[in-house]
This record gives sequence, C-alpha cells and structure tokens, in this order.
Amino acid sequence: MPVPKENIRNFSIIAHIDHGKSTLADRLLEQTNSVAVRDMTAQLLDNMELERERGITIKAHAVKLDYTAKDGKAYVLNLIDTPGHVDFNYEVSRSLAACEGAILIVDASQGVEAQTLANTYLALDHDLEIVPVINKIDLPAAEPDRVAAEVEDIIGLDCSEAPRVSAKTGENISDVLEHIVTDIPAPKANDDAPLKALIFDSVYDSYRGVIVYVRVMQGTLKAGETMRMMATGAEFNVVEVGYMRATSLEPCDCLYAGEVGYITASIKTVRDAKVGDTVTKVQRPAEEALPGYRKVNPMVFCGVYPADGADYENLRDALEKLQLNDAALSYEPETSGALGFGFRCGFLGLLHLEIIQERLEREYDLDLVTTVPSVIYKIYMRDGSVVEIDNPTHYPDPANIDYCEEPVTDAHIYSPAEYVGAIMDLCQDRRGTFKNMDYITTDRVDIHYELPLNEIVYDFFDALKSRTRGYASFDYEVKEYRRSQLVKLDVLLNGDMIDALSFIIHNDKAMARARKIAEKLKDNIPRQMFEIPVQIAVGGKVIARETIRAMRKDVLAKCYGGDITRKKKLLEKQKEGKKRMRSFGTVEVPQEAFMAVLKLDDNT
Amino acid sequence: MKTGLYIHAPFCKSKCPYCDFYSLSDISLADEYTKKVIGLVAEGGRLFDTLYIGGGTPSVLGGERLQKIICAANLSENAEITVECNPSSADEKLFTALAAAGVNRISMGLQSAVEEERKSLGRLSGRERAHEAVMQCRKAGIENISLDLMLGIPGQTLASLDESLDFCLSLGVPHISAYMLKIEEGTVFYKRECAGALPLPGEDETCEMYLHTVKTLKKHGLYQYEISNFARPGMEGRHNLNYWDCGEYLGIGPAAHSFINGKRFYYESRIRDFLNGKPPVDDGTGGDFEEYVMLRLRLAEGLRENAVKERFHRSIPSEYYEKARFYASKGLVNIFDDGFALNENGFLLSNSVIGSFLT
Repeated sequence: MPVPKENIRNFSIIAHIDHGKSTLADRLLEQTNSVAVRDMTAQLLDNMELERERGITIKAHAVKLDYTAKDGKAYVLNLIDTPGHVDFNYEVSRSLAACEGAILIVDASQGVEAQTLANTYLALDHDLEIVPVINKIDLPAAEPDRVAAEVEDIIGLDCSEAPRVSAKTGENISDVLEHIVTDIPAPKANDDAPLKALIFDSVYDSYRGVIVYVRVMQGTLKAGETMRMMATGAEFNVVEVGYMRATSLEPCDCLYAGEVGYITASIKTVRDAKVGDTVTKVQRPAEEALPGYRKVNPMVFCGVYPADGADYENLRDALEKLQLNDAALSYEPETSGALGFGFRCGFLGLLHLEIIQERLEREYDLDLVTTVPSVIYKIYMRDGSVVEIDNPTHYPDPANIDYCEEPVTDAHIYSPAEYVGAIMDLCQDRRGTFKNMDYITTDRVDIHYELPLNEIVYDFFDALKSRTRGYASFDYEVKEYRRSQLVKLDVLLNGDMIDALSFIIHNDKAMARARKIAEKLKDNIPRQMFEIPVQIAVGGKVIARETIRAMRKDVLAKCYGGDITRKKKLLEKQKEGKKRMRSFGTVEVPQEAFMAVLKLDDNT
Repeated sequence: MKTGLYIHAPFCKSKCPYCDFYSLSDISLADEYTKKVIGLVAEGGRLFDTLYIGGGTPSVLGGERLQKIICAANLSENAEITVECNPSSADEKLFTALAAAGVNRISMGLQSAVEEERKSLGRLSGRERAHEAVMQCRKAGIENISLDLMLGIPGQTLASLDESLDFCLSLGVPHISAYMLKIEEGTVFYKRECAGALPLPGEDETCEMYLHTVKTLKKHGLYQYEISNFARPGMEGRHNLNYWDCGEYLGIGPAAHSFINGKRFYYESRIRDFLNGKPPVDDGTGGDFEEYVMLRLRLAEGLRENAVKERFHRSIPSEYYEKARFYASKGLVNIFDDGFALNENGFLLSNSVIGSFLT
C-alpha cells in the first residue's frame, strides 16, 4: 500500500557553511530512530573523508525518515541533502527541484551570511516553502532574537514561530520535525500519469552498477519495467527500486508519485544517468521532460601528471573510477615534453579541481604534478576559423591570430562592509569591472563584479580569503565570451621551454606576472651543478629573467677504511630525492616549484 | 688482482672534536686487541699486496705491538706497508721499530700547520713536533711520507691555508691528503655548529681553498689523483688506490670493512664484540659496474675503456659519454680518447655528478 501523499514531506536543508547543516541532519536521523545510536558517527551523511574534513558536502545525499507527528499520524520525511559550493550550483538546483520545502538554518551567533541568501533565493526560485531554524542557541555568543529579526528584515520570512535549536546538544529538535510536517506542503502527485522522475544524483556501486536517486514527480515505477532517460535516450530494464535509509538501501515493490527513492538497472556509468534528466517508461512515455535539465560542461582545465611516470596506468585507473561517480569530470590523455604522459582534466571549477586532486592523492595514493589551470579561450584566426583551446600548449602562432575571446563571469562577493576596500582592490587587480554594490544589512555587502574567469582560476579564492580573514564568500557564473588582449607566456629553463608551465594571460599583466614567476622559480628550484637561466618569454621575446646560481660543494671527501656502503647510501639517498623532481632536459625541478608558480598572490 | 689488508686500531689518546670514527682512549685492551688481530690476520688466507694500519691512532699501540701484527701478515715481496701516526704519539724509537718491521710508508695526521687551528682541532702537539716527527721518520729510513691536511677548519683563511701548504711543501713530502672538513652528527663540532658557535669558513670560501690547494700542489709537482689525494708521480698510495679501483680487501678490527670474493661485510664498532669473536656483518655483494663507476670517478684517471673492457667485458655506455660531454661543457668533466674523468670543479660536486651516472 502506498503511503498517502498527504503524509509525505520532501525537503532539503540549506545553510551557510559551518552553520550546522550536517549536525542538524545527524539529529534528525537520531530522533526518527533512523540510525542505531551505536552506528552514529558524526556527520553521517558526509561519508567522504574529505567532506568531513572540509566541512562541506560534495555529493548530494538523501535519506527516508519515519516520523510519527503530534497529530498521531505516521509521516515519511525525505531529506535531500545538497552540496554546498558554487561549483555545484546546478546539482543544488536539481536537488531543490525534488523538494517542496527547505529548512533554512541560520547560526544564532553569525546571522545571515552570503550563502544563506544565495541558497534562499535559489530555494525561492523553486517555489519551496522555507522553514527558518535558528541554530547554535547553546553558544555563549548566540543572539537568537536579533538573528530572527535579521532573517525577517533581510529575507522577509516570518520567524515568530521559527524553532530555536541546538543541533549540537539536540535541544528542540522535535520542534523542527513538527514544523516540517505542518509547514511544508505534501507533494501534489498523480500515480496514474505517465512516469516522470527527476534524477537528482547517481552513484556508482561496483556490485549493482549505477544507483540512480530520483524524485518521482508523477506516475509509478516497478522492477521489471523498462525505463528511458529522456535527455540521453538510453533505455534500461529496472532491476530494483527502493528507498534510501540512513545506512542501507531498502528495496520496495513500487515507487509512487511524490516519493523519493532509488533505481538500479545495471547502468554502467553515471554518464547514462545524468543529474537533471527525467526518467520515464518506454511503455507509456511522458510527452515532455521535466524542465531545468542542463548538460554540465567543465569550465576549468589542467594537466594532471603522475610524479613518477611509472604511475601513469594507476592514474588512468583512478580517474576512470572517479569518473564513474562524477559525470562532471572529464579527462583525456595528453603528453607534455616536460612532464611526460598524463591527462588533460576538465572540472566544474576550482573546488572541484582541488577535490579531485586531493582524492587522487589520498584515496589512490598518487603523487601528482598539476599544471596551471586554464579556461577555454576562443581564438579567431585570420583565415576566419575559430579554435577553442583549453591547453596553452595549443595556442596558435600569434601571427595567425585575428583576435581572442575569454570567458567573463558575473561574480558576487558577500562580505562584512569593512573589507570592501580590500575586495575592490583585489577585483581591480584581477581586471574586474565593478557593476554595483548592495548593502544586505548595515554591515554586510554584496559586491557585484564582472571578472574574467582566468583571473579567478589561479588563486582568487585564496587571495579573497586572506584579504578578508575568511569572512567573504564568493559566487560566480560564466556570463559570456568577451574580446580580450591575450598573450601566451612561456617559461624557459636553461634555454629549454617547459611546456607544462606555459599559460595564457592578459597582455597588461604579462610583464608583472613574468617577473614574479621568474622569481618564484628561482626561489623554488634548488641550486644545481651549473648556473641555470630562468627566462619568461612572450612569442620568443624574453621579458623577464633570473639566474639560479650553481651549487658549489657536494662532495664526500674522505673515503674511510673501505667503507663504500656509506658512500653508496648517500648516493642512493640523493637518487630518492631526485624522484620528487622532474627532469627537464638538464634541469631538475621539484614539484613544489610548480605549486609555487600557481600561488602567486603576495598576500596569501 | 691485488688484494689489500686493512687493520683498524680503534685507540686514540684523546677524541678530536670533529671525528666520528670509533676509537677508545683507554688502551688497557691493547694487548687483547693485538692478540685477536694477529689471530685473524694469520687466518687471512691470502697474499696481500698492501697493508694499511689505520685508526684511530695506530701509533698509540707502540712499536712492539705493531711489529707483531705486521709480522703475522702474509705479504707479497714488494708490499706497501703504511701506518698512520700522530706526531704526538710517534717518536724516533717508534719509527725505527716500524722500519725494522718493514713499514715503508707513514701517513701523518698534520691537519694544519697553524697553531690556533691545531688547537681548535684538538691536536695534542704543535707544528714543531710535526716537523720533528717527519725528520725522525726519515732518519729511521722511511721516506714515503704522507701528510694529512684539513680544509674548511674553523677560523681558516686562504692565507692561513697557504701557511700549512708551505709547511708541507718545505718538508718535501711526496704525498699529501687534503680533506674538506665535514661536520658529522654526534661530534663536538656538530654540537657547536648547531649552537652557532663554530666559525666555519663559508661554502664558497672552502671551495676556493680546495681549488687553491689543487693549484698550489700541482705547481710543486704534487698531482691530484683522487678527490682528496695528491702525490708526486709514482708515489700514489697503493692501498687506497685499490679501494677506488674497486679492488678486494680484508678489513680487520672494530668497524673495519671488507670486500672479499665479491662479498662486502664489516665488523661492528664495539671493541668488546670484536674481542669476543662476534663475526662480521654481511653487507651484500659488491663490485658491480655501477659501484665500479662510483669509485673510479673519484679518481683523476676516471673511467677508461681498457679497464672497463678487461673487467666487465663491455664498453662504457654511450649515454655516459653523452652525460660526460654535457658536464664537460659546464667545465666539470674532462673527456679523453678512451674515457672521461671529473676535474677539480667536478670533484667539488662529485656526489651530484657521480650520482647522475647511476640509475
């Protein structure tokens, strides 16, 4: 027997980072007896080690909770957790589209923050009923009344009834559950209509294949039926349907309209179950797909190389495995004169890049060298053709270029007002065009700039954090391609060009950047057996130069009593050290030198 | 192939502040030690072409014990027999006894002819004593004398180095070893260096001293034949040359290393273990091509086709030449018709240069 629609609530939780989203989720699981206390680990839903460490949710998660409300009725509460970063805005929007309501958590000591607003607006865009919750009332600095007033003022939500809770201590959590039942509407859904189920996430499981997470908007789905992905057209026989429980999957006979559940169908890759796509049935297909589906395109590219060339196969296997679970990650083999065999990888944004890099290093135990991130440039050639390049190595001969275009973003920076000056300095320095500035409250601003994407991908986020002591947050969306004066900078060590260090930059900034890179390389490449000139060139013309002085003395003078072992060990130790180095022609470059070139902001 | 015999005498009157070799200042075990060494030398089984008694300070053992040890060794007719001596523990009587036992080469630890430097190095006597010791040695009939010098001593300058070089040259010895001081962990110098209380010359200055030594000695007919060794033609130390030619040798005594029948092994450094007959520790096999290269490239003669062919039945790999030519272009290596070698600039960077030839 299906659960009556009026007893279903589908909701997500939105919050600024660190306002307690995962902890509140933990409490909801506990209070609905979804997890045995002995199985409870902190931040249960953030099951990636990296997520727990960084305090962010990378993948969406969903869980079905059973709750008997004060009215005596049994309810099904489907909590759909969302990722919390701009790189994953699209995924967030799909998760929200699967819900009728959202809990908005506001920290009782911090008040309304940048992401609070951004996410609230996103939720409102999806017509969600928002339940404000004032969290962390246990903190000495908590000011629940002031913060409630702030939410009413800024967002215009009535907070008179808002639960005031401590997710940490568990105080008043049952209040939140009651509000979910009373405030969030039940899904309006029709079992008899043709199936439309929204995919809001999919994960790869080595035994079952892809597990597709869906919200059934209308219709029903059973094991044995044939389903079709409306965007990709792929068809699959449904092997199993069921519900997500906190620590396991619970098969069921049929998924009904209004429910949240999973489908397995021997799907081999997450690419066949794209977030935002609509699942229908081949037998009686829906006429049109649910709105909002978008193909996700990588925005930021960089070369990823194994530090030890022998790890190439391992890196390929690792990327393949990560891609099973991450439709947004792209990779293809590339070769670099400097770094050997590796992969050109595409990412949604910088955080995505960092996460993948970190997972490769941690979960797959790989030592990596990554090149300077690049965006996609459009190069208009004199012969009328257009080339899109994501790798500076492919930059054409400037003589054949008519003009270039680069992606420009609409960027919003939310910050305490005291940092406005520092932020504007940074944005000006990054070729930003100031659009406007809104005071969200008397001491918080939303600064709107147009910023070229390539200025963001280097180290903008780090620079922003350091200039605002971590208080500013930042959100961007690519707006358009715009004509720009671009040049390619090449790095030469001892006269040999190091292709992996080349990058594309605006002409006005080439000189300053070149000097800085030369300096950084000089400081980060250890002295070698001979002097090494470091040159930075644009189209063959050297515009900056430094010299790495030669090492003077590296000798074991005494050979004592035939103790050759000691000498051998010394040489072996040196060899080990060399493994951390990349050999470019005649120059050994440590990985740190690559990293140093990526981090150029003086204030970080 | 020639075989060397090395005997390590782990006794010193006092511990020098820069030295991390194993040694004891208490010589109460000297007799027991001598007896043990004699037993092992007699078991040596081979005919040895060189004998080198080093330390520590072998002269501390006195002429009688050294005579007994030397007599026990099975040496070829023209064997080179070297004993290390310190001026402070060597006198005419000792040299006469050594000469009588067949010793034909003395290696004397001078380190410096500048009094303040000698003091800072913990030497127990002045330069006059060193001068006298050389004279006594000659008087006893041993002309083949090597003097040890040290470069990069706390407080040393190019001018003070010249004083030490002049001292050696005026004595007319046929062999000089000049080592750059290396601060070893666990020594008094190490502690002082960590505390910032050791006025060592800078790296550039020490390199200048090294290059100056090479140049000065060459001018006076003492040619560099190894990173730290200089001799008149024909007066090179045969025992040490054998190490660098990757030859075999038996080492007896605490901390002494051996390379016999392709196997390397060594005695642990505790004298008690040695006296109790604890066997040497296995240190794997030796003598492969890479090891040969590593050792040969310490020599001014370097790597030569004929020697490589004779020993390994192969020629020097072409990638070695490629690398060598590159280093030659940087002024670190000299190329010959039949091989190549590091020069004095290359020697200063020998760990890096040699290391780069090894895979």
